[in-house]
Amino acid sequence: MQIKEFPRLGETLYTGVLPNGLVLHVLPKPGFRSRFAVFAANYGGAHRRFTLEGKAMDTPAGVAHYLEHKMFDLPDGDNALNLLSANGADPNAFTASNITCYYFQCTEKFEDNLRLLLHFVSTPYFTEETVQKERGIIAQEIRMGEDSPDSAVYYNLLRQLFASHPIRDRVAGTVESIAEITHETLYACHKVFYAPSNMCLCVEGDVDPERIEALVRELLPGEKAPVPQADFGPEEGLLPVEAVHREAMPVSAPQFLIGAKLRPEPGEAGLRQRIVALLVLRLLVGASSPFYTSLYAAGTLNRDFDYEADFSAGTGLVLLGGESEDPEAVLAALKDEIAKVCAAGFDPAAFERAKRASYGARLRGLEDFESVCVALATAQYEGFCPLDAPALLGELTRAECEAFVRESLRPEYFALSVIEPKKEG
Amino acid sequence: MQVTRTEILPGVWLSHLRTDKFKTACLSLSLLTQLKRETAALNALIPYVLRRGTQRYSDMEALSARMDELYGTAIEPVVRRIGEIQCLGFYASIPEGDYLPDGKGVLREAAELLGELLLTPATRGGLLLPQYVDSEREKLLETIRSRINEKRGYALFRCIEEMCCCEDFAAGRLGGESECESIHYKKLTKQYHTLLQTCPIELFYCGRTEEKRVAALLRDALATLPRGEIDYDIGTDVRMNALEDRPRTVEEALDVTQGKLVIGWRLGACMEEPDPAALYVFNAVFGGGSTSKLFMNVREKLQLCYYAGSLVDTHKGLLLVSAGVDFADRDAAQAEIFEQLDAMRRGEITDEELTAARSCVAGDLRALVDGQGELEGFYLAQALDGPDCSPLELAELCEDVTREDVVAVAQSVDCDMIYFLTGTGETGDEEDVDAD
Repeated sequence: MQIKEFPRLGETLYTGVLPNGLVLHVLPKPGFRSRFAVFAANYGGAHRRFTLEGKAMDTPAGVAHYLEHKMFDLPDGDNALNLLSANGADPNAFTASNITCYYFQCTEKFEDNLRLLLHFVSTPYFTEETVQKERGIIAQEIRMGEDSPDSAVYYNLLRQLFASHPIRDRVAGTVESIAEITHETLYACHKVFYAPSNMCLCVEGDVDPERIEALVRELLPGEKAPVPQADFGPEEGLLPVEAVHREAMPVSAPQFLIGAKLRPEPGEAGLRQRIVALLVLRLLVGASSPFYTSLYAAGTLNRDFDYEADFSAGTGLVLLGGESEDPEAVLAALKDEIAKVCAAGFDPAAFERAKRASYGARLRGLEDFESVCVALATAQYEGFCPLDAPALLGELTRAECEAFVRESLRPEYFALSVIEPKKEG
Repeated sequence: MQVTRTEILPGVWLSHLRTDKFKTACLSLSLLTQLKRETAALNALIPYVLRRGTQRYSDMEALSARMDELYGTAIEPVVRRIGEIQCLGFYASIPEGDYLPDGKGVLREAAELLGELLLTPATRGGLLLPQYVDSEREKLLETIRSRINEKRGYALFRCIEEMCCCEDFAAGRLGGESECESIHYKKLTKQYHTLLQTCPIELFYCGRTEEKRVAALLRDALATLPRGEIDYDIGTDVRMNALEDRPRTVEEALDVTQGKLVIGWRLGACMEEPDPAALYVFNAVFGGGSTSKLFMNVREKLQLCYYAGSLVDTHKGLLLVSAGVDFADRDAAQAEIFEQLDAMRRGEITDEELTAARSCVAGDLRALVDGQGELEGFYLAQALDGPDCSPLELAELCEDVTREDVVAVAQSVDCDMIYFLTGTGETGDEEDVDAD
């Protein structure tokens, strides 16, 4: 395994690529009792069309998520979630648009639990009956999502921004789309996407990297399977399809989300692009920005307001949102701020402060095993290492951040999604 | 890991946990006061108004810029309810010097800022600024009103509100809308001074700095704290039985596609000498996780819901079950939840269920020592009403909980409220004819 030191952060990362193509990351944390492992497939809600060895396939919305629900069933009638819980571990899984993660955290019996994780994720077992049974549970989950204003404001925005990219559809699919999914669909997609060559294992805690590598070699198949190529459809322009969209739901005050598309850079440049985007957002709309503090004082924004740069399945987004009686005023203020930066640049002192604050925030982010391991797994498929971010942050210049604002945050790129309170009666 | 607890100023206690594990230190400050319906919103507003500006950093822009300078040191208002004690204050997360580019820590500066936030707010004529008070009152009102947005949490809140309608607990951590609406800056300033003089104060520090130095920094930062007679007479009124002979029921309709069923019990006689380990293990067997009876039966076996889980409030003595169900499955889900509790009362708990529950609870407690926020919460609750042991010791106690202990809890609980959030019939499963 390769060893990479991050002396400023006090971290050492062990990385290996096994002959079967599996990527393994281990981040030893002496002194901690918790140990965390995530086994991730480069497969999410957006991977609906793909080619494998020249053959094209198209699947209904919601397969990756359905598969995640059914993976816990084992052929002997056991359920991996229960076995892990019975061992005192805290297991879970999630499906995003670009990745499916199975993970657990535990303090005891780590090796037993890791064996179980590797075993159940690489052992598909579905019958017509068990797949049918799960449909009702997933339908309930989809309905719960449909009642959630957060989820509605987000998916409405994605539909405003993208004309055809599969990221527009809910990861879990719809009650209609999951009706088409059978045990055969699940077997086929497991075979294509859950080969070690398309997977990544990340472990953090007081563990021995060599020991983990040996365990993986023992438990997973040795041969290297071909890797599927996702087809996310034609490349889309940066302008939104629909600039403003409103929907009424039972909420106490309007919820809004503003977003613009970015063109994601590949590999290392992608990491830099993410850091620049987040630092720029901090400067434009962060806690100490004139934008936020003045709108907060005026009562237009509250503490729910937040922002992020989100990259997934070949897409890049800047997002900012929260609750406001006047979302249009928020968007107008954002455009004003952008115009000011285009004209006069960032204040040098504020720029240095933002870099410091961003460094501290990144340090804080390293405390959480789950987010570190999931970030390592996700970044694996993007071609960079997220632990390089704090050092890279120090190199950023005002000029490159200002260029980002001018080129990537043009006023016409933004769309606004609003969930309004439903009127009585 | 050893926690020391010392009184560094009159009625001001510092719990100190020295560890090299983390890259950021945590420092929290909580004023403790009795939760009362009349004052809950008034108290809850105070940390948010204080966070708007100090004498030195008079607005949010200046304050936030100062925190940015301190490498993103974050000092945020926190309002909690532990039983019927309202805890008001700040939680600070402070990068450790060893990981900063210049290698120098910022604990002194962060502690100073924390002291300033508490003791030297921006004022005019000795009164908190009306524009800050008005603005934060509106935001607090929004927060109180926004409870309805997230339906799972809303249903839980409403069940407690109805169940504890005669107790101050129902005020929630933030208090009610009407009490909040009437807040005025003069009244708030008066309450702020009263709290400073009378509240016991709990400080919690977890990080690399020695106790002596942390205590000295905090003594300096809080040197001007005005102290009067400290009100230690705070606590939680634990009601042992349901209000009426039969569980009360409340049904409420909103435009939702999924129903939310919440059932509340009093923990009952087992609260006379509460055994947290037994309560935690009971909860894990009943509805605490994926090996629990509710998950295995209501969700997995009968497919009646997407989620069904339970939680216990060991301070107030409540058990709550919450489930997301199709409107049509409500009765079946409710019957099955009671059936699972009855099974536990009859002692029908398998060895597997018991062992899994014990390891889940013990595992969570052992993992707790790896999280600063979790440690802070644990030791604050402990400072209020025990148990007087570390998370690791409590984990050991959970391993020793017997079937009889769990059955005793199941037999002790007394159902008080059944709450159901249903649809208005506008959307959902029914094939409605479009009214347009």
